[in-house]
Amino acid sequence: MESYLSLAIAILAAPLFPGIILKVKAFFAGKKGPPLLIKYYTLAKLLQKGSVYSNSTSFVFTLGPTVSLASALVVLLFFPFAGADPLFSFHGDVIVLFYLMAIGRFFTVIAALDTASPFEGMGAAREVFFSTLAEATIFTILILFYRLNGSLSFAEYFTGENPISLAGASGALLLFAIVSLFMVLLTENSRVPVDDPATHLELTMIHEVMILDHSGPDLALIELGAFYKLFFYSAFITHLMYPFTLAHGISNGVIFYIIIAIIYGAVGMTESIMARYKMNLVPKFILTSFALVFFAAILTMGVFQ
Amino acid sequence: MDNLLEIQNGIAISRASVPQVPSDVFFKSLSEFVKNEGYIVQFFAYQEERSYRLLAVVRNTRLFVIGTEVGKTFRSLTGAVSEKFHLFEREIAEQFGLKPDGHPWLKMVRYHKNYTGEKDVFGNHYQDDIPGNYPYFTVEGESIHEVAVGPVHAGIIEPGHFRFQCAGEEVLHLEIQLGYQHRGIEKMLPDLPQKRLPIIGESIAGDTSIGHNLCLCQALEALADIPVDRGASIIRTIALELERIANHIGDLGALSGDVAFNPPAAYFGRIRGDFLNLLQVLCGNRFGKSLVRPGGVTQVIGEEQLRIIREKLTEITPEIEHVCDLLFTAHTVQARFEHTGTVTEAMAKDLGLVGFAGRACGIAYDARISFPTECYAELPGNSNHVTNGDVNSRATVRREEVMHSLKLIGLLLDKYEVFMDSLIAVQMRDHDLKPDAFVVTINEGWRGEISHCLLTDGKGKLQRYKIKDPSFHNWTGLAMSLRNQEISDFPLCNKSYNLSYCGFDL
Repeated sequence: MESYLSLAIAILAAPLFPGIILKVKAFFAGKKGPPLLIKYYTLAKLLQKGSVYSNSTSFVFTLGPTVSLASALVVLLFFPFAGADPLFSFHGDVIVLFYLMAIGRFFTVIAALDTASPFEGMGAAREVFFSTLAEATIFTILILFYRLNGSLSFAEYFTGENPISLAGASGALLLFAIVSLFMVLLTENSRVPVDDPATHLELTMIHEVMILDHSGPDLALIELGAFYKLFFYSAFITHLMYPFTLAHGISNGVIFYIIIAIIYGAVGMTESIMARYKMNLVPKFILTSFALVFFAAILTMGVFQ
Repeated sequence: MDNLLEIQNGIAISRASVPQVPSDVFFKSLSEFVKNEGYIVQFFAYQEERSYRLLAVVRNTRLFVIGTEVGKTFRSLTGAVSEKFHLFEREIAEQFGLKPDGHPWLKMVRYHKNYTGEKDVFGNHYQDDIPGNYPYFTVEGESIHEVAVGPVHAGIIEPGHFRFQCAGEEVLHLEIQLGYQHRGIEKMLPDLPQKRLPIIGESIAGDTSIGHNLCLCQALEALADIPVDRGASIIRTIALELERIANHIGDLGALSGDVAFNPPAAYFGRIRGDFLNLLQVLCGNRFGKSLVRPGGVTQVIGEEQLRIIREKLTEITPEIEHVCDLLFTAHTVQARFEHTGTVTEAMAKDLGLVGFAGRACGIAYDARISFPTECYAELPGNSNHVTNGDVNSRATVRREEVMHSLKLIGLLLDKYEVFMDSLIAVQMRDHDLKPDAFVVTINEGWRGEISHCLLTDGKGKLQRYKIKDPSFHNWTGLAMSLRNQEISDFPLCNKSYNLSYCGFDL
């Protein structure tokens, strides 16, 4: 029961938090900003609209939104939100899930290529290149966690006797993992300094340019998928920062969502205090995240112990 | 040099005194002049009875004019002498059907039928949509891809088509095709009742309405011998500087927004509004429309307006300094601005870049200093130290110009007080223009050198009206900025120039 409840709350609450990013950015810019529930309004608006399809696209184009949302949703089914047991779990599920998200990306990319627009081709090339680099970081993190905890599933990482957490024995190493995971979060969710979700300039976009041709409910599905993806990465970092095995039930949930809000706030702050990188610096940024976590992984090898 | 006649900015001369030389002498004199640090202000054709004439206004530190008569073709100097002739020659070909012989890249400029009914030089019939019969420059190769942007853009901007030839993220070549806003202003102006001229002048480029209209009114004043009150001159100068500040501030904000650095974008957006509002205090219109008319200004600044402007400037100057510091000290912003979209000084000189874009490349030319009009002769000039030709230089030059203009407005307000009570507002009325006269006016608009050139016929009617917006020189600069740059930096480079589409399209 607790599993269903925590999952339901997560699914319903995910579109709330991007509103926090907008509020933080508005605060730094001296503006009032849109209402906190803006993303719900956006989704409702988009779902009421019709979709427009270019006659140069095929069925591949319509697959993109559905598959990318589905892949993001499936990941949530395996995640122990606030320490509650996930609906599903098996040994090695993390590997499956990260590649499932890659499938979502693959369909977004081929939907973009299907439009035959030079913009979307460019965006697709950038997205694939950068996420390939980010994959190196993610899998090094998984190696690190395997060294720490001997498991390969989200449930085993964050529930049970020996959860991975800053408060644990190897907490210092997790600082590296948290920082690099935050960098991956910015990359994978097309945030500043890698991408600019607010820009209208197609030539500079990475993710946004791939979904330019999607409209109405299709766009709503893509947006929703993006909210879940960002929520998943934030939840991942939240669990590294605080072990949810200590207390129970409601207090866990409250702490979980407070930390999530802080992480979204940090994203908004990052976007307010720095400009975007030049496109050719982005790979260096992502590889820095890899270097950090790789260093942490080396430290677990026992050479220095 | 011997064949050229020295003229003064905004002083009408009789057309008989403009030297008419044989065409070989004309082209020889021009090429010699341009090779020795000479720049072209105006170079255009006009019809005289049944023949075609070319007229060139050129500058180094002084201003000169020369003319000639040509047949249906004339010698092109673009390939042989300097790139500065490039667009001017194409424009002549398009407007009058005269073929520049030996032009390396002859294609239309704005895509319209010529004025004379001569056979079209480009073989277009003008029934298709733009760009009609015109192949774009293409690069071939397995890894080359082409990106076409516009003419309809994502933001609220004017239409223009950009064709990139890229290898991956790197731009090998950018071709810019404009003309989507061609309204036929030059052809229309001579036939209009005089009262409408300033209204059209203000609409040549909406963000430069003071600059263009000032050129137009100064030209009419020169042709009709209308004196201008000193107080009116001061108000005109203030208006031109306010227009400069508003646009530079707006663009600095937009540059900040383009690199996703939000706070300065938001602050500058508001501050730009403040300056537009000051223009409204000055004349009742946020873009300075209906202020400048031949003979003076339509609105007199009173005590209260003087106070409002002074108070606002005192309040806002430190704010501008703070926001500029915020923008220019952020290292992530510096990383984006520096070494992006660089045009070397040699290249800028070859293209003849003007205005802040030219100054950012190390060409110090400022029409306010070289050919001062209104009150500029008695005002201090500005100098720039960051002149590497990249986005950072253009942004820094704009920042320095904003601070300089703020200082100028302070000085002008002090000067104005003496004239406040004696100043009388003027309204537009018809004036008799001198027959057979020629005048050229030059002003430093916020983008750079704006120039209007007027010729009257034997009855004192306008015969030819030639307009040149600084964008006419600088669009090529933008294209060159993109060479071997990343395509994702195009919006940033574009915004650092922020050139006018309608000022070019006319």
